[in-house]
Amino acid sequence: MQVYLPIAEVSGNAFLLLSAGGIVGILSGMFGVGGGFLLTPILFFIGIPPAVAVATGANQIVASSFSGVLAHFRRRTVDVKMGMVLQAGGLVGAAVGVLVFNYLKSLGQVDLLVTLFYVVFLGIVGSLMFIESLNAIFKSRRAGGAKTLRRQRGWVHALPFKMRFRTSGLYISVIPPILVGLLVGILTAIMGVGGGFIMVPAMIYILGMPTKVVVGTSLFQIILVTAFTTMLHATTNQTVDIVLAVLLLIGGVVGAQIGTRIGVYLKAEQLRILLALMVIFVCVKLGLDLLLMPDELYTLGAAGEH
Amino acid sequence: MISRTLLPALFALLTLATAGYATQEEVVLGLSQDRVAITANFDGSEILIFGAIKRETKIPDGPPLQVIVAVSGPTSPVTVRRKAKRMGIWVNTDSVLVDSAPSFYAIATSAPFRETITDTEDLRYRVSIARAIRSVGAAMNIRDAQNFARAVVRIREKEGLYSLRENTVAVDQQTLFRTAIEMPADVTEGLYSARILLTRAGEVISSFETDIDVRKVGLERFLYGMSREQPFLYGLMSLAIAIVAGWGASAAFRLLRNS
Repeated sequence: MQVYLPIAEVSGNAFLLLSAGGIVGILSGMFGVGGGFLLTPILFFIGIPPAVAVATGANQIVASSFSGVLAHFRRRTVDVKMGMVLQAGGLVGAAVGVLVFNYLKSLGQVDLLVTLFYVVFLGIVGSLMFIESLNAIFKSRRAGGAKTLRRQRGWVHALPFKMRFRTSGLYISVIPPILVGLLVGILTAIMGVGGGFIMVPAMIYILGMPTKVVVGTSLFQIILVTAFTTMLHATTNQTVDIVLAVLLLIGGVVGAQIGTRIGVYLKAEQLRILLALMVIFVCVKLGLDLLLMPDELYTLGAAGEH
Repeated sequence: MISRTLLPALFALLTLATAGYATQEEVVLGLSQDRVAITANFDGSEILIFGAIKRETKIPDGPPLQVIVAVSGPTSPVTVRRKAKRMGIWVNTDSVLVDSAPSFYAIATSAPFRETITDTEDLRYRVSIARAIRSVGAAMNIRDAQNFARAVVRIREKEGLYSLRENTVAVDQQTLFRTAIEMPADVTEGLYSARILLTRAGEVISSFETDIDVRKVGLERFLYGMSREQPFLYGLMSLAIAIVAGWGASAAFRLLRNS
């Protein structure tokens, strides 16, 4: 069934769009990532104009994250306090990111830089997570399945302005979470994603939060960031396609519910290794696009767009 | 009467020039629809273009009448960028602004294109796809600006937006003609123009132009308008739908599990 999308000005297959939303929703619920880094390339592939894909993707992520976070709230795996602290950094970061983005735009190479950002960040985060979770799996096997409690005691614990985060069982300085939020906020504005794929590992490895809490908290934080992005796109570029969004989010919210249930049955290490593989896959795909000669050397854009 | 019919026929036989036929044959046009409504289930459209040739004299001798139908969408400037390999990766390097290119352009002819119209006439009436695109302002450092204009044609042909369909206009008794122009699902809104050219021996003897209104209607129109006129409200509405859908799915799944 074909549906005409009024803002994208193309017509798309309703079932294809529903299942694209569904797949991203499942990932969202399982890993606590918004899924923007997957959804946006999928939409490009379907033939949605990039500007519309990015803006509408953000709106869809609001829905799937909201659906996911409710399930986590009921299981009490959301650290609201930590989420708020991350958020504070995130909004400042998003504002900084928009400034950086506009500067890059004036240089005329914003597409390339966005792709490079993806490749570099996905590559680093993916391989670090992959190596670490492989180690964790081997360690737990050798120790006869005994859980290894990892607590980082380093520079993170030496900083001032300490705060107690009960849900995470942490007593740490607010500076690292604010910095993490700030960094993710910048990346959100530049890469047009929720930033969960960076937020999740940062929470685990820098802040030392337990994995179970990380997913819910990340979703909680993503909601506000992507809502902010959606409003920004709707008011400045007018590229949010509400019909496309509805199709994606119907698939997305159902997927997110399924995803959170799958997540319960998987071990933390398995969850991390799956996410790592996914991140590496997207990274390699984007990297190849830069390295291999494209089929069509020319691209068309509206005049005045750089 | 005799002189009026004989003169152009003689003229044609002798010189095959243009002026002779000019005012004698005219187009009377019909369209299956003069407006295309883009609705929620819009999946492209087919417009039937048909008509008759009105003449006060009998059919002139000489080469048969040929018909060219060209439907053009609204034009706009297009930036064309070319990628080149720099330091191992493919990046956009050169760009050329094509001053004006139609968003949609379809030509249907009653014979192979070159048999229906001469190059000079094509130049004058801007009929062929390449001529419908105007590109003047290439930067000094780009020597092959025509490659950029060709890229516009190539990319849009691949998307089904530009097409040349030869031998698709049926001409009956040199008097009646009809053709169907297909529009893909991703056409843009605007005022489209349908041009009909009558030619003999490659020379245009008559031309006729009419408009086709392509426009979103109903919900599509409403949403599009709102996104442009009330962007803040539109953004809030998008978010509200997202939140409600997220909550709804969560509640529905809880009910499902509890029951």
